[in-house]
Amino acid sequence: MSFEPRIVGILCNWCSYTGADLAGTSRMKYAPNVRVVRVMCSGRMDPTLVLKAFQEGADGVLLAGCHIGDCHYISGNLKTLRRIPLLKRVLVELGIEPERLRLEWVSASEGARYQGVVNEFVEQIRSLGPLDLEARRLPATASAS
Amino acid sequence: MANAKLKVGMYWAASCGGCDVALLDIHEKILDVVAVADLVFWPCAMDFKVHHVEAMPDKHIDVCFISGAVRNSENEHMVKLLRRKSKVLCAFGSCAHIGGIPGLANFWDRQSIFQTVYHASPSTENPKGTVPVERFKVAEGELTLPHLYDTVKTLGQTIDVDYFLPGCPPNPDQIAAVIGVIAAGKAPAKGSVVGASERAMCEECPRKKTELKFKSFKRRHLTHPDPEVCFMEQGIVCVGAATRSGCGWRCIGSNMPCRGCYGPLPSVHDQGAKMLSAIAACIDADTPDDVERILDTMPDPAGTFYRFGLPASMLRRRQRGQDGREAR
Repeated sequence: MSFEPRIVGILCNWCSYTGADLAGTSRMKYAPNVRVVRVMCSGRMDPTLVLKAFQEGADGVLLAGCHIGDCHYISGNLKTLRRIPLLKRVLVELGIEPERLRLEWVSASEGARYQGVVNEFVEQIRSLGPLDLEARRLPATASAS
Repeated sequence: MANAKLKVGMYWAASCGGCDVALLDIHEKILDVVAVADLVFWPCAMDFKVHHVEAMPDKHIDVCFISGAVRNSENEHMVKLLRRKSKVLCAFGSCAHIGGIPGLANFWDRQSIFQTVYHASPSTENPKGTVPVERFKVAEGELTLPHLYDTVKTLGQTIDVDYFLPGCPPNPDQIAAVIGVIAAGKAPAKGSVVGASERAMCEECPRKKTELKFKSFKRRHLTHPDPEVCFMEQGIVCVGAATRSGCGWRCIGSNMPCRGCYGPLPSVHDQGAKMLSAIAACIDADTPDDVERILDTMPDPAGTFYRFGLPASMLRRRQRGQDGREAR
């Protein structure tokens, strides 16, 4: 069976979720692999949520928020801009490819951009293959070699 | 009254012995403990053997404290044995609670650890490539060593634990208080973290905070931090925001930043991720390039954020690559 990436998308309410909505209402076609979670601001995209998604079986995590300067809460996306690069460095040390996590800015009018980002990210994860954390995690008990 | 004394045991699994010393650090209060308790097993301090424990009837020990993580077959065998022999079992210290410093081994595995320790480290002189073997036949019989696991586990991931007493090591006042509470039969709900606060270190920290912002990370041993001012404002990583207080600010008071030994707050699922989130938000940069430049000044972020809690974190360890080898 061919590999279909499972991607968790966390989108901010004011820009990116509306942008994704626009892609939908404009009948744009794009890969169906992203399960979208709406949060109020990209500043709410806690690294814990990203780890949780990977832990629960996501092959990739897409975060999208307002462009820098456009944050509904003024500085929420700036915090995300600072957090995600650090989280990627930690992911490398935890043995998860940082390419599995992607941060994009998508405004409410950028339905076509959302379409492009999703298609591109799905292909990127497809080429990385499944995360398959269970198989990669070493057994903890005496049965370990 | 002699036979009404509480039977207390203390064991060390993958531990440095600091917890045993901390128990002695309750000073003359140890006499109060001995007044109400008989020490029936404490291999670090007194001459007890495994067969003494094996000979005990089940549930013979009233309260057993276990320090240390579980990282080899001997640790696992002993903690399972002690669980059977104990009525109340309390994880003692950071290693038993959340993995502790030995838990940092979860960034590696058995093979890479052996490679470093017995072959590659600059101080190793091992021309014959000798490594420990688990079974070895000599004239007198077979010698055995425990099996080292790939992954370090917390005590709670190995056996059923009644209480968790955090700290590296636990604060002696908290130890005395916890023993008092258990001896008085006023034990808290099973699974509780005892001898610690429900509030964050930052919340109780006396240092001055004005604006949390910094242009570069600084390492504690290369700086002279202002003892009155928040470490984070000085660019020194302090993980007090995601860490329970209750330790008595021994580090903060000695002008050392919090390193997280009391473990995550009750509402925090992953201490490292939460700390990463709090610290990164304070970076004084608004463009990706500037952020990367500042992050370059922080060595080993994962080891810093998961210094004590990697085995208890959401991912528990470094994952291997898809081919079964290291991902990096």
